[in-house]
Amino acid sequence: MATLLDKLWDPHVIADLGDGWWLLHVDRVLLHDLSGWRAMEEMRSRGLAAAAPKLAFATPDHAVSTAPGRRGDSYGPGEKLWSGLRDGAARNGIDFFDLGQIGQGIVHVMGPEMGITLPGTTLVCGDSHTCTNGGLGALAFGIGSTELVHVLATQVLRQRKPRAMRVRFEGRPGPGVSPKDLVLHLVGRIGADGGTGHAVEFAGEAIRALPVEGRMTICNMAIELGAKMGFVAPDETTFAYIAGRPYAPQGEMFERAVAAWRDLVSDEDAVFDREVVIDASAVAPTVSWGTSPEHTIAIDAAIPAPEQAPDADRRAAWGKALDYMGLDAGRPIAGTPVDWVFIGSCTNSRIGDLREAAAVARGRKVAPGVRAWIVPGSEAVKRQAEAEGLDAVFLGAGFEWREPGCSLCVAANGERVPEGARCASTSNRNFVGRQGPGARTHLMGPAMAAAAAVTGTLTDVRRLGA
Amino acid sequence: MTPFTTVTGAAAPLMQPNIDTDVIIPIHRLTGTARETMGQFAFEPLRYGADGAENPDFILNRPAFRGAPILIAGANFGCGSSREGAVWALRGVGLRCVIAEGFGDIFQGNCYQNGMLPVTLSARTVEELARQAVQGAPFTVDLINRMVISPGGTSYPFDIPPLRREALLEGLDELAQTRKRLAEITTWQERDQETRPWVWRHLPQATKEGST
Repeated sequence: MATLLDKLWDPHVIADLGDGWWLLHVDRVLLHDLSGWRAMEEMRSRGLAAAAPKLAFATPDHAVSTAPGRRGDSYGPGEKLWSGLRDGAARNGIDFFDLGQIGQGIVHVMGPEMGITLPGTTLVCGDSHTCTNGGLGALAFGIGSTELVHVLATQVLRQRKPRAMRVRFEGRPGPGVSPKDLVLHLVGRIGADGGTGHAVEFAGEAIRALPVEGRMTICNMAIELGAKMGFVAPDETTFAYIAGRPYAPQGEMFERAVAAWRDLVSDEDAVFDREVVIDASAVAPTVSWGTSPEHTIAIDAAIPAPEQAPDADRRAAWGKALDYMGLDAGRPIAGTPVDWVFIGSCTNSRIGDLREAAAVARGRKVAPGVRAWIVPGSEAVKRQAEAEGLDAVFLGAGFEWREPGCSLCVAANGERVPEGARCASTSNRNFVGRQGPGARTHLMGPAMAAAAAVTGTLTDVRRLGA
Repeated sequence: MTPFTTVTGAAAPLMQPNIDTDVIIPIHRLTGTARETMGQFAFEPLRYGADGAENPDFILNRPAFRGAPILIAGANFGCGSSREGAVWALRGVGLRCVIAEGFGDIFQGNCYQNGMLPVTLSARTVEELARQAVQGAPFTVDLINRMVISPGGTSYPFDIPPLRREALLEGLDELAQTRKRLAEITTWQERDQETRPWVWRHLPQATKEGST
């Protein structure tokens, strides 16, 4: 009667610290230039060394420019973060994937594609979207800088075991409905704290039918439900994805690992602290209208009015959100003009996402006055897309084709959506100022973002036909 | 870490739900600001206007709440990004305690690493406290007895994991605590290398011809 959470958690317990707290072994650490650099500096100043450097992997993603031809110092304030991460990794014997090398990219895109993220492993990073890696059945979660130093120095963490939650997506989504739509719908339905204190297992027919990349898109937004961990039970799809990746076990060792990974499923009679069931067949392409990921609606719905909010605090918050977003309640969200389009981020920058966006862009043109960026999630994604000619499709349609990194998802590298501009974005957060001070973000899937680019407005991609 | 025992002072009510760590400290302040000076950018999008001038309506800019050590916040405070700078910024404006119905999990963990006490109380109690806080009268948060005491003298008990309480009271450094267990960790790792060799990169059998 064990849940998948039990099967991921319990084998990593080194000691019971009492009252639901455990000393937990960490199998993988991912480091990026924003928090990893800080952790490296802290380690140096305290005279600490990495306890298990071969279990850690570093790459710059947050504060590096994504402009074509960029270098580590192209964004001035990021230069010391990039070089500090590189030097800290070298000092500690940690593999570092530099700009232009396979392995460079958004850490949560890099980990899975390099075979670093494996089912049944515990994986941490100083980054809340570490839950993305749960798409392969890893227990992956974000931590702060102090905990990051702790884990680098000891390879363990003191953690409280979260409660177990399961979200089942039953049925199959209709045409034009992507994994992003499923998860945006979910956050809208149960709220930005609907999973707080829980680890979320995503299950059900719609999840099983997804490729690993789509599962990662859904796990990526577990944190937008308040859950720092989200995961999907690994299956044949997962094993096929991992086979042959550079850091994955090979040959006989791979077979041995797969045999162990097959047990990583919730037992039939497992009991969850919370369970949510979503009818995937009833989910429409979904977009955000406000400043919290819980502010989502179907693309064919009307912008909600504060009076419809469930309580007084939310009524006030919805009013402020509409003001910030410059939207009028009651009008259809479709048709809202956009100034910018961003296709990228650890949510939606993998090759499958770019293929979906390219299918919409092919033979069309970016609408006049719209600036549209494609930022591949990693060097490997970029090269694959170029091998398939997707860069030519995008460039031909008037998109900009850029270098891998976090870019406009988090605006930590000087790249920003201008104040007051409205951006259709495949990222994960529509917070106030997230894409730049005063920027207005609408979250959506890659095909929907491409549709916004070519029409110049928020558009139901199903009406375009791909 | 600075210990936390009791704190007395104004409690600033900021009852908007879902205040995220991007609002608590904008990302571009993380790349170029020393940890000790992040307080100047705490709540930057709310605290300052577009021209950089203070927004007089923002609660921490009002005379009664400048330097308040306690914040009473809307639900899901500190959701979003894992940036520990959010806690450093709050500490930098003098806050030692945040009271809310719930917190972002990662933010809450970061509070405990920095001598900041997150107090979780029911929505109804938080609303009640916020109403009593509007004039700036002093509250006391007593971690020893696990009580929030309102200006009128009413006590509101709260729960906190005993390990976290002890660490805050004593100002314990988690890393120093864990380092006492290094032998236990090593023993565990040696056993794990036999049961899950594929996790351990340095084991030659874990990779094909040492290809990595």
